[in-house]
Amino acid sequence: MNTMNMLDKNLDTKTTKIAARDVNVYYGDSHAIKDVNVEIDANTVTAFIGPSGCGKSTFLRCINRMNDTIDVCRVTGDILLDGEDIYDKRVDPVQLRARVGMVFQKPNPFPKSIYDNVAYGPRIHGLSRNKAELDEIVEKSLRRAAIWEEVKDRLHAPGTGLSGGQQQRLCIARAIATEPEVLLMDEPCSALDPIATAQVEELIDELRANYSVVIVTHSMQQAARVSQKTAFFHLGNLVEFGPTGQIFTNPDDPRTESYITGRIG
Amino acid sequence: MTDFSPTPDQPAVAQNSLLTQSKRTIKRNSAEARFKAYGIAAIGIGLVMLLVLVTTIFGRGTGAFQQTFITVNVELLESKLDKNGERNIEDIKRVTTFGYAPLIKSAMQTAVADLGIETSLKSKHMAGLLSKNAVAQLRAYVLANPEKIGETIEFRFLAQSRVDGYLKGRVSRDSIENDKNISPEQLDLVDALVAAGVIEKTFNLDFITGADASDQRPEAAGMGVSMLGSFFMMLVVLALALPIGVAASIYLEEFAPKNWITDVIEVNIANLAAVPSIVYGILGLAVFINYMHLPMSAPLVGGLVLTLMTLPTIIISTRAALKAVPPSIRDAALGVGASKMQSVFHHVLPLAAPGILTGTIIGLAQALGETAPLLLIGMVGFIASNAPSTIGEGLLSPNSAMPAQIYEWAKRADPAFYERAWGGIIVLLIFLVTMNTVAVILRRRFERRW
Amino acid sequence: MKPPWAATPKSPQHIAIGWGGSSAPVVFLDQIQPVFFAAVTPELLMPLFWLVVVLLALTALGFWFGRRRALASAQGNPRHLHSLPVYYGANVAMSIAIPALLTLMVWLLAQPLLIENRVSGLIPQELIPESTSVGLVMSDVRRLAEGLDEAVLQNVMTQQEARSLDASTSDVRALLGSVGVALGSEVRPEVLEAAQQYRQLSRTGGNAMTLVCLLLAVVGFGLSIRRTHKDFRARNVVERGVLALLILAASLAILTTIGIVLSMLFETVNFFGLHAWTDFFFGSTWAPNFRGDSELSILPLLWGTLYISAIALLVAVPVGLFAAIYLSEYASPAVRSFAKPLLEILAGIPTIVYGLFALLTVGPLLLKLFGQGDNGILGLSWMTGATSVLTAGVVMGIMLIPFVSSLSDDIINAVPQSLRDGSLGLGATPSETIRQVVLPAALPGIVGAILLAASRAIGETMIVVMGAGAIAKFSANPFESMTTITTRVVSQLTGDTDFASPETLVAFALGLSLFVLTLGLNVLALYIVRKYREQYD
Repeated sequence: MNTMNMLDKNLDTKTTKIAARDVNVYYGDSHAIKDVNVEIDANTVTAFIGPSGCGKSTFLRCINRMNDTIDVCRVTGDILLDGEDIYDKRVDPVQLRARVGMVFQKPNPFPKSIYDNVAYGPRIHGLSRNKAELDEIVEKSLRRAAIWEEVKDRLHAPGTGLSGGQQQRLCIARAIATEPEVLLMDEPCSALDPIATAQVEELIDELRANYSVVIVTHSMQQAARVSQKTAFFHLGNLVEFGPTGQIFTNPDDPRTESYITGRIG
Repeated sequence: MTDFSPTPDQPAVAQNSLLTQSKRTIKRNSAEARFKAYGIAAIGIGLVMLLVLVTTIFGRGTGAFQQTFITVNVELLESKLDKNGERNIEDIKRVTTFGYAPLIKSAMQTAVADLGIETSLKSKHMAGLLSKNAVAQLRAYVLANPEKIGETIEFRFLAQSRVDGYLKGRVSRDSIENDKNISPEQLDLVDALVAAGVIEKTFNLDFITGADASDQRPEAAGMGVSMLGSFFMMLVVLALALPIGVAASIYLEEFAPKNWITDVIEVNIANLAAVPSIVYGILGLAVFINYMHLPMSAPLVGGLVLTLMTLPTIIISTRAALKAVPPSIRDAALGVGASKMQSVFHHVLPLAAPGILTGTIIGLAQALGETAPLLLIGMVGFIASNAPSTIGEGLLSPNSAMPAQIYEWAKRADPAFYERAWGGIIVLLIFLVTMNTVAVILRRRFERRW
Repeated sequence: MKPPWAATPKSPQHIAIGWGGSSAPVVFLDQIQPVFFAAVTPELLMPLFWLVVVLLALTALGFWFGRRRALASAQGNPRHLHSLPVYYGANVAMSIAIPALLTLMVWLLAQPLLIENRVSGLIPQELIPESTSVGLVMSDVRRLAEGLDEAVLQNVMTQQEARSLDASTSDVRALLGSVGVALGSEVRPEVLEAAQQYRQLSRTGGNAMTLVCLLLAVVGFGLSIRRTHKDFRARNVVERGVLALLILAASLAILTTIGIVLSMLFETVNFFGLHAWTDFFFGSTWAPNFRGDSELSILPLLWGTLYISAIALLVAVPVGLFAAIYLSEYASPAVRSFAKPLLEILAGIPTIVYGLFALLTVGPLLLKLFGQGDNGILGLSWMTGATSVLTAGVVMGIMLIPFVSSLSDDIINAVPQSLRDGSLGLGATPSETIRQVVLPAALPGIVGAILLAASRAIGETMIVVMGAGAIAKFSANPFESMTTITTRVVSQLTGDTDFASPETLVAFALGLSLFVLTLGLNVLALYIVRKYREQYD
């Protein structure tokens, strides 16, 4: 997966999972996201790239309404998940976040056991009827996050005792335990060493089979390695969005080219 | 809807539209609302308690700032006050307050008769409307102005506490059934005198400036002398706690090597801040009074005890203020060749001064309201009747302090003193609020962001 | 015989019982006679005052002189000096003041101890009554000596007469009574002799002190002036001196602790000499009897203390904790900036105010609710007086609300935001996040905060003195009056008993127990909180 063979990537027969229309985000007086339109496909890894402060993380946090927790943040425009506006008044962000999971920049396992970390989501959402079912969910999630083999003997040890890469994969297991349809990842490898990064990247590619993954990354190489589609953000604008191969080899916009070649950023 | 079809792995929730809340979500949201309501209720309880406390204090205490006075003309009979007629001050002094009582009785009788008020009361009971203080007031006046003997002078006497309470609504005709101090007839007379303007309720400066009175005369008791006691204690605290606290903080923050001795001192200070105040009282009793034989009840001793109690607070806030000064300032001073000591005293300390001052004021406010240690060193339990005239006397002669005075009043049996106690609390709180406001303003004004 | 601090004429026990009866006013005996306080008059401290003034004047002179001499040695050009001219002045000033003033302080502390030892040796053993100690007789001696001083001061007798006064020929008690010093009993010749010896030694000691201090000051002056020269490194010397002063100030904290422990330990040891320690720690009754033969066990008091504290925490912890949660997790900045300072006002209110609130407002209210039979609101007669465990506990709880809430607020805010994001990102509601992630993460810190609050509650005095009552017993009924360690400390030390009696000394044992108890809680709580903070730093 670490080769630059993105042109071969399978881009056909995809359905739109998330559609953003004229999204604007304001932090108090500052205009953080300007008129962004984007369509994110199911079973695809979409990468958001761009220089620091370009709004890619802000936009990502709009998709599961994590920005609601920030008092001064205001969002206009529509973001549709399976055709339903997630900013509709009737939508409960809690229910939304069960379907759109999130993995954060810094691994943030709860100060609980590994098992309880993964079981947390299923428990609050009531996804299991009994202990056996919960055990099953935990095991399945840990397996999917490619960490089962490492932790199966110490499920009741604290999650904070794992190494950084393991912690991040635990957080991914925790996120997929609630069976989301979309997985948002905010620079999931920025706090990890290269080996752990490789493991997580490999995992992301496997997750594509079941989820629509959106990943924000600082590293262009990472975007090229893991994503099928790439969106380039600059100063709050979505400059260019298209198949990853095209963005990296033949960008339409001169700003994208400048960024790819390292002149800005 | 899009043509998205769920894979076998899709969870149950995904089948539902986002726009309708699942049963579980509704349940969870109501749990959420409940939880939030508990929080609001907790804040509400706290604020309601504050409101109740403040309204109780002001509702019960403002009465103390008003006092009922009776204005009568007293004829200073020569035959009673100076039988020889020589105006010899020694002779006049020989007449005790008992000798003045008949004057007041006849003055009251004349006043009542002149106003044409019908009453079955004897003159003794008419004079009973006046405070027991009245004779002393009269005697003091005569001793100061012996030449007025023989004249008729208008006097404004304190009414006794039951009359005062009747006008303030504390005493009613029902409540005095078993009260030996006042009778319903006397209250009838009070009503008539109020209508005639002889009895009136006015602002009572004496409560703020005056001295405490014995428990027979709640109407004459005031805060003034105990306020001075508190003032002298605060003087001692300020003079000792500020320099010692700042010196200790400078050492710990700027010079102390990181070793176990420093650790012990630091842990010690943190723990001293949480030692119950009564323990400082025991210390003061054992060391300052029992061992060093400093005078009992003296503000000096109170100040020393409160100094020890306040020191940890001041040290903790001073260290925080010193810590807030960025190291770049110290580096800059050292860089131009100042010694470590000079960099601290010339640069760090002035920059930390507002923070230190704020902490000191808060520490002083804490000390001002403290009562328990004062109980043990004897600042409660006697009548602080004379204001000290010099600083030395203020520090060494027995006195009370504001909170101790309030406690003293609360202990007394007559409910009239309770009003005094609440009123005293208002005075105390005014001081505390002022000090804290000054601290907040200082902090706002000089706060620096580095 | 009263000790000088037995100032209050009535023991607070009577007072508290009076409060318990609420409706029946209690007549207190008349206030304390001021004669008690005439014993040490300000005039006796005047020589000391003048000594300090002279020393300070010498210091100021030294500063001026040192500065001038340094400049003179550099021909008036400060550039030729090693240090700034003020440092030369400061060096001289410090050389004068510091040794002299330190000696003065140490002397003042040590002299009474030495004199006490010398004089107490003069008192024959048979003079010490059964079941008291030499300390009691010594307080007679001191009092007599002070009385003689007073008499000389008021020109009732000359210095010579005071020295040669004979107990067998003159009525010393009446004599001293005339100058306002009341003595408890007739003066025995041995005691008078001891008192005269005491005065003699005090005078000699005082004179020697003055002499030594002045000598030190002059020597310091001379030596430091001699050293003052343009090449002398005055700044370094002064800075070393200042550093020493700073260290002295910092070690005052240690001295205070040692003072607390020693002052209580001494008397506690005395107490255990007079009273069985087994009764104190394991007895079951608190019944001080002023004629002796008391039962003095801490256990009933400890029970009262813990019971009241538990009720206080029962009020303060849920309210304070929920308030903190709401303020830190839900409240908008506007609400927070308004509610938080208002709540903290509760913490700034002096405890005497809460005591009065308990005594005059909450107690009568609870009595109306739960007492007074058919006249009460609920028609119950569970409560007989306004003072009760519940009264004190509830009011103390109100006092502790802001204490718990602001400590918990800090601790909850220390939980990293990433944990909250993680939980919210999984679709947890804020309350689920708080209950299942934030609170478990903050638990150690919150436990620490609660322990600190508990230590506050245990050591609180005014609220229990005014609201709890005076009856020491084991009872689970919150509507009954009960008493606490702190109230008993106050009452035993302000009561009518002899200072050297176990009934008074027990206060020090109680104080020490209280100190140890609260110290233990504090150390534990601070340790937990510190560990907790390190975890998230």
